[in-house]
Amino acid sequence: MHETDMTKALILTVRQWWEEQPSRPQIDTIHLTVGQFTCVEPASLQFAFAAQTQKGFLEGVKLAIHETPLVAFCHACQEEYKPKIGLHYSCPSCQSPMEDIRSGRELKIDRIEYTQSCVEI
Amino acid sequence: MHQTVEAALEINLLHANQAGANHNRAHFDQWGITCLNIMSSPGAGKTVLLERTLAALNPDLKMAVIEGDMTTELDAERLRQYGVPVIAINTGRSCHLDSKMVSGGLHSLAADYNPAEFDLVFVENVGNLVCPAEFEVGEHGKVALISVTEGEDKPLKYPIMFQEADCLLISKIDLAPYLDIDLNRLESNVRQINPQVTIIRLSAKTGAGLETWLTWLRNQVK
Ligand SMILES: Nc1nc2c(ncn2[C@@H]2O[C@H](COP(=O)(O)OP(=O)(O)OP(=O)(O)O)[C@@H](O)[C@H]2O)c(=O)[nH]1
Ligand SMILES: [Zn+2]
Ligand SMILES: [Zn+2]
Ligand SMILES: [Zn+2]
Repeated sequence: MHETDMTKALILTVRQWWEEQPSRPQIDTIHLTVGQFTCVEPASLQFAFAAQTQKGFLEGVKLAIHETPLVAFCHACQEEYKPKIGLHYSCPSCQSPMEDIRSGRELKIDRIEYTQSCVEI
Repeated sequence: MHQTVEAALEINLLHANQAGANHNRAHFDQWGITCLNIMSSPGAGKTVLLERTLAALNPDLKMAVIEGDMTTELDAERLRQYGVPVIAINTGRSCHLDSKMVSGGLHSLAADYNPAEFDLVFVENVGNLVCPAEFEVGEHGKVALISVTEGEDKPLKYPIMFQEADCLLISKIDLAPYLDIDLNRLESNVRQINPQVTIIRLSAKTGAGLETWLTWLRNQVK
């Protein structure tokens, strides 16, 4: 279950960011981008995240996962196409192999939404 | 007064693993070691291949193995008989080696030996077709195995490891005559995803293809 490890890595990185913030803000949502051409299953990641954040600074924090499709670019045809994961990866027009992946390999912490008290001057 | 704000992070989820991999690679480079990450599903023949490889290349090349296993030291014990250092890493419940585990193995190798003497370090990953390819450990190359008993559709179903591989070994070809497997089809499935990969058909049992593998290997060493 590598989603467990992925979640640990995620929490570690977010904690680092959080501790660098002078105000230690209340995090509301963590936005991730996860490509379909990775080994991550979003549902398992949600599950692991919920389990690992029951206590601590991320308690109750939402995880929003934005999936990106696998998109490849065929240089021969100068065209993007969507390979069918599990079935077919070469270009549907000219059968060139999948060489240039334009999307689908992302595993990224995109942004963090948090609440901040306004500073009174 | 409260307001909702957003902070853009744009950090890779595996950032920490990546940093560890870079650390390991710096060590390998500083010591002049080539590191190869050997990956496959359980039982495709990684350990037997390493046995044959160690037997053939020791002592011409100075080698060591970092051996990942979920719970046992069985594979490590087998490889130790070839007179090379074998560091066993139990991954516990983890289904792959990460850079930190390999770093532990690396530092213990460096503590017991002069690491600069080594030419080649093999990392035998945990048997798993899905995720080891996603966790870089600081290797210079990835070697994937697929045995003929697994079927020609596996590269399509589990593409990432095949896409990342520098060398693909089709193992146990001595068994191919007993199976309904089309090796050309298997190869063309791999090439759909990874046209550059070196493909070698091999049997650790009969020794077929072994010389080609050893030549590829020698060419990887700096
Ligand atoms: N017929 C045949 N059997 C092989 C060959 N290579 C390995 N085997 C057998 O396949 C089985 C598994 O081999 P291992 O080398 O232990 O496989 P592994 O990939 O190291 O397995 P894990 O470490 O558990 O993932 C053993 O019974 C081997 O004897 C081969 O070339 N031909
Ligand atoms: Zn895993
Ligand atoms: Zn095309
Ligand atoms: Zn093994």
